[in-house]
Amino acid sequence: MSTDIRIKKGISIRLKGEATKVIKDAPRSQIYSIHPSDLLGIVPKLLVKESAKVQAGDAIFHSKANEQLLVVSPVSGTISEIVRGEKRRILEVRIQADAKDTFKDFGKKDPKNLTADEIKKHLLASGCWPFIKQRPYDIIANPSDEPRDIFISAYASAPLRADIEFALKDRAKDFQAGVDVLAKITSGKVHLGVEKNSTSYFSQVKNAVIHKISGPHPAGNVGILIHHVNPINAGERIWVVTPQDVALIGKLFLTGQFDASRVIALSGSAVKDPQYYKITQGANLSSLFKDKLEGDNNRIINGDVLTGIKISNQGDFGFYQDSITVIPEGNKYRLFGWMPFIDNNIPSLSRTSLSWLFGNKPQEVDTNLNGEERAFVVTGEMEKVFPMDIYPMQLLKACLANDIEKMENLGIYEVAPEDFSVIDFANTSKIEAQDIIRQALNLMITEVG
Amino acid sequence: MSFLRNKIDQLKKPFLKGAKFEKYAPAFGALETFLFVPNHTTKKGAHVRDAVDLKRTMFMVIIALLPALVYGMYNTGYQHFSQLGEAFTFWDAFLHGAYKMIPMIVVSYAVGLGIEFIFAIYRGHEVNEGYLVTGLLIPMIMPIDLPLWMLAISVVFSVLIGKEAFGGTGMNILNPALTARAFAFFAYPTFMSGDKVWVSEATNIDAISGETILGKLAAGKDVAWNASDMFFGSIPGSVSETSTLWILVGAAILILTGVGSWRIIVGGFIGAALTALLLNQFPVNALMGFPWYQHLIVGGLAFGIVFMATDPVTASQTQTGKWIYGLLVGFFCILIRVLNPAYPEGVMLAILLMNVFAPTIDHYVVNANIKRRKKRLIAVQNIKTVS
Repeated sequence: MSTDIRIKKGISIRLKGEATKVIKDAPRSQIYSIHPSDLLGIVPKLLVKESAKVQAGDAIFHSKANEQLLVVSPVSGTISEIVRGEKRRILEVRIQADAKDTFKDFGKKDPKNLTADEIKKHLLASGCWPFIKQRPYDIIANPSDEPRDIFISAYASAPLRADIEFALKDRAKDFQAGVDVLAKITSGKVHLGVEKNSTSYFSQVKNAVIHKISGPHPAGNVGILIHHVNPINAGERIWVVTPQDVALIGKLFLTGQFDASRVIALSGSAVKDPQYYKITQGANLSSLFKDKLEGDNNRIINGDVLTGIKISNQGDFGFYQDSITVIPEGNKYRLFGWMPFIDNNIPSLSRTSLSWLFGNKPQEVDTNLNGEERAFVVTGEMEKVFPMDIYPMQLLKACLANDIEKMENLGIYEVAPEDFSVIDFANTSKIEAQDIIRQALNLMITEVG
Repeated sequence: MSFLRNKIDQLKKPFLKGAKFEKYAPAFGALETFLFVPNHTTKKGAHVRDAVDLKRTMFMVIIALLPALVYGMYNTGYQHFSQLGEAFTFWDAFLHGAYKMIPMIVVSYAVGLGIEFIFAIYRGHEVNEGYLVTGLLIPMIMPIDLPLWMLAISVVFSVLIGKEAFGGTGMNILNPALTARAFAFFAYPTFMSGDKVWVSEATNIDAISGETILGKLAAGKDVAWNASDMFFGSIPGSVSETSTLWILVGAAILILTGVGSWRIIVGGFIGAALTALLLNQFPVNALMGFPWYQHLIVGGLAFGIVFMATDPVTASQTQTGKWIYGLLVGFFCILIRVLNPAYPEGVMLAILLMNVFAPTIDHYVVNANIKRRKKRLIAVQNIKTVS
């Protein structure tokens, strides 16, 4: 069974530095780290001490709210350092990796023979639970909730994002097993979004409703898929999992191993020979970046250019990411650059630039804000890039005013910060829409729950 | 370029954080960012941003205003010399208009930007670009002989009461330029209407007939101009409202660049045309019988709809709302013109009225969305209770 979803609104910008479709093993990093700040909704309580030995899959910490929810080590090695910040908050757990990984054996399991509760327990104990996130709020799911449906989007529409179907091309069995597992823990359905022209195994996955999506970014965002299949109502819970993590869960059930390795795209105009790499979650990236970057005035992004997190060239690979993007920093001045039809090489959706003439040619971007933050003035531009039946500007204003009732009315439960990344990009007044939505969601969690 | 940049970096030092003139940084920043797009990089959210910013958008409006402004300067001289009965060339006319017009523009910008700078320093935020457009619009919609001090006071009123009192750019309810005109209109009525104000230096000559077409119609007099004069603009009126042709060129620029809402512009013209057409069916007096298409090309209607009704801050913000708002601006404009003899021109009051109602229009449009969401929720809850 498959349905078509055609998205018309959005941004179609092509950026220079797309990764060529060749997969190489990334050099094994000495250090792997887990950053609790990646794990929204979990307050860590440590289970290991410095210099303890761990295997891949051994628990590092559990959630303060739920002792059963474990976060495990992606590699085998020795806990080398626990970095703490203010009030002894854990910022980072660093693991000195062994030369070769040994895996904790969780035992092969067939989801067919397990109940939903047994599967949940297994996912919690094996460190796979944090890969299941919930909407609304875009935080890690609560295991005691009953999700209406589970959604997976295998269409990466963001600029320079890793092509999911390519990255997972050899993992059809893992992916199918993962879908089978997820199908058991919801009374609803598993919905899988795939690109319309997909010819890979994704469009034949069983145990899931396939939706063929076409259109510009953010068409591939899972939130857009949910909105067009069956929008979230107040009080409902939807769970979402990224395709790479579905394969990870599948592999756990098939082999009994927590294998946090994944294929990622290293792309961007500041990368020499951008291509795909096989790398493990949490890997320190300094060895990967060696001799790979052009110059040293770069923005290194864990994720894509619209939603990723800034890291240094000594940074670590994130928990959920499937891409690393490196683009030049834009910390330079442009004489009269604000005039219309000047600097047309900078991508722009506005017709006050001739950039649209070069629409099909990949363009180079930097991180310049291209202006300064201003009050909301221009109207209608947010709606043009936001493919949901929601008034984005009105919602943002309600969020800024902390007006919870209005936020509910205008659809706060249906959105995640990543859906507003296109508005970050497109709006004239340089309003930080993603940040506003994140703050608002945090407020909703404390006020409504 | 780097020489200029270095010079500015040197000048900037006393305005940096912790330095002597830190407080005045917004003023310096306004001038600096006029020369250079700053080197600010993205700190949170998306790492890459569109090239468009508010300066660019506002400047686009100024470009769209230029054809009407240049023609307005020429027409000022044309009306002056032709009524005087003197021989003149194109340049004589243009220079006379420029001589009258440039002091008005200078006063408008100096007073308005002065207030904007003071408020930016006082509130510690950047100077918003909104006044770049307002400051040019105000002299363009005033009678040419308005004394400069009256212009200055109107600007002060519009910026202080019309804008800053509400929180500055982006927060105002009423279009600032029209607020200035409305203030002048009610505070100095003799300078803002009648038969002496629309032609430059008309008060010096007795025999002049400096009335606008709408003024004549309202007074029941004959109109000596034909439709082509009205369209091309060689008629008396506020400086830049007379030439529909050049206003439409501006409208094309606004629509093609996406800066002005085509929904409001098209809606405004349709609303006005339909209302005038309806009134044409009952030609009781000269105004009601005035052909509907001539309503569209005479007076300030075109200028108001293209450049004032489209102000995104004071117009409706939703797409459906923009249609309703535009249609109603056109409707009220003709209604005030034709049915209210005290105000021969209705566009100013029509737009100000709709500015006030724009949030209400949006409220109902957005409410439809909210209702859909609530209905969905109720439907789901019903299914749950049944099962």
